[in-house]
Amino acid sequence: MNDQLKRTPLFDVHRKYGGRIIDYAGWALPVQFTGIIEEHRAVRATAGLFDVSDMGEVEITGPGALALVQQAVTADVGRARSGRVVYSPMCNHRGGVVDDILIYVLGAERYLAVVNAANIEKDFNWLQELARGHSGVRVENRSDAVAQLAIQGPLAGPILYGLTRASLKELGYYRALENVEVAGTSCFLVSRTGYTGEDGFELYCRPEDAAALWEELMAAGQEEGLVPAGLGCRDTLRLEAGMPLYGQELDDERTPLEAGLDRFVAWDKGAFVGREALQRQQAGGRRLALVGLEMVDRGVPRTGYPVLAGGEQVGYVTSGSYAPSLDRHIGMAYVPPTWARAGNELGVSIRQRAAMAKTVKLPFYRRNKEE
Amino acid sequence: MTYPAGYRYTKSHEWIKVVGNKAKVGLTNYAQDKLGDITFVELPDLGKKLKRGEVFGVVESVKAVSDCYCPASGKVSAVNNQLEVEPDFINRSPHDDGWIMELELDSLAELDTLMDVDTYTKFAAAEEDKG
Repeated sequence: MNDQLKRTPLFDVHRKYGGRIIDYAGWALPVQFTGIIEEHRAVRATAGLFDVSDMGEVEITGPGALALVQQAVTADVGRARSGRVVYSPMCNHRGGVVDDILIYVLGAERYLAVVNAANIEKDFNWLQELARGHSGVRVENRSDAVAQLAIQGPLAGPILYGLTRASLKELGYYRALENVEVAGTSCFLVSRTGYTGEDGFELYCRPEDAAALWEELMAAGQEEGLVPAGLGCRDTLRLEAGMPLYGQELDDERTPLEAGLDRFVAWDKGAFVGREALQRQQAGGRRLALVGLEMVDRGVPRTGYPVLAGGEQVGYVTSGSYAPSLDRHIGMAYVPPTWARAGNELGVSIRQRAAMAKTVKLPFYRRNKEE
Repeated sequence: MTYPAGYRYTKSHEWIKVVGNKAKVGLTNYAQDKLGDITFVELPDLGKKLKRGEVFGVVESVKAVSDCYCPASGKVSAVNNQLEVEPDFINRSPHDDGWIMELELDSLAELDTLMDVDTYTKFAAAEEDKG
């Protein structure tokens, strides 16, 4: 394996658990441990533990912090109280997506942006550039000082509750607690968030504590069936849950409206970067819309494959895979809005052959919420 | 990793096992392990004439799409239809139940240039070390 790759603090732990290490956005991370499908099913049925330390963390603090955040992202963070987590696209002036991020509201003057690994430098530079128009705000890249574990699945909570005195059971979805001790490790942040379509938590700690925390969680979750989980199932889980992946569904050209992220665009909050471009698109009509595809014919839709209507290319596949929870081949694609309604038949060009797919409503998979 | 004796192997990790003038073709244990969970197999058409080195099928795992290269020239005399329903046969039994197609060989002479089990075992181990 390429020695130039960046390693997370859990690199040796992954090898110990039999992780198959690949290059992911310049990071050496496990694509799988025992197998993608097995890990996928474990997360849906019991729980899986992911190393997401490659994610970036950018701290935005000071009296001007909220104004900067509100300018940078499309969602309304102004109404969010301390302890809330807000998912939002962050746009460029053309309305294209710079990144999709989580904003942790940690106080009136304290925000933590959690950003995609591949975009850390880009986001940090972009936020610094925007910060020049504000006073009293400090933007710091804390990515190297933060490790992050995600424990996901219906038994993630029950495994975690016994390891801490914090009331994580009562913690609502997209809520966070600061300074939580979990199995003797102090996590400076624990949130009920994730990227799998299941209940779960994300734990932020110091890099030097990450391996101990991993081992404590694995030991505590042994009886419940907790498994180490890699990037492979992370991708199939999020695809089934209809969640976009930056670089596939989202990039500097596609807008949140095209990606179907309308509910994360707060038109009523005032100015933000990209607003005018998005308003023009809203008024003038979108050229593309993100749809779910389910294969009718045999075949796997893959990133970049042309989507056909009447023999002509009308769009392109952004992600696609076998979906273990559905036992079908599914994908997401950009097509003109006229083709986006659920139930349409479209072709996917797979190795120069047109295979039939039908458009379906996203998400493909939704968990049963008992509470 | 072990591989059966009596088979011949390609550098692109296909195996071929000759019985009379026919031969079964599949992917090696090394290949299936590298691909991971196989979820889709595109089989060749029956009766199709294939040249050595030609792509005869496609195997897709969750993460990867991989072409299969024909180890020797011949005509497709059978395909393993079961793989359309249970593609993971290739993972579970790469050298046996996971066979992909059967060929009527044009000539046995082509097989001499393929690797035998000892050579392939070393070759695959060296590939593994390269990562």
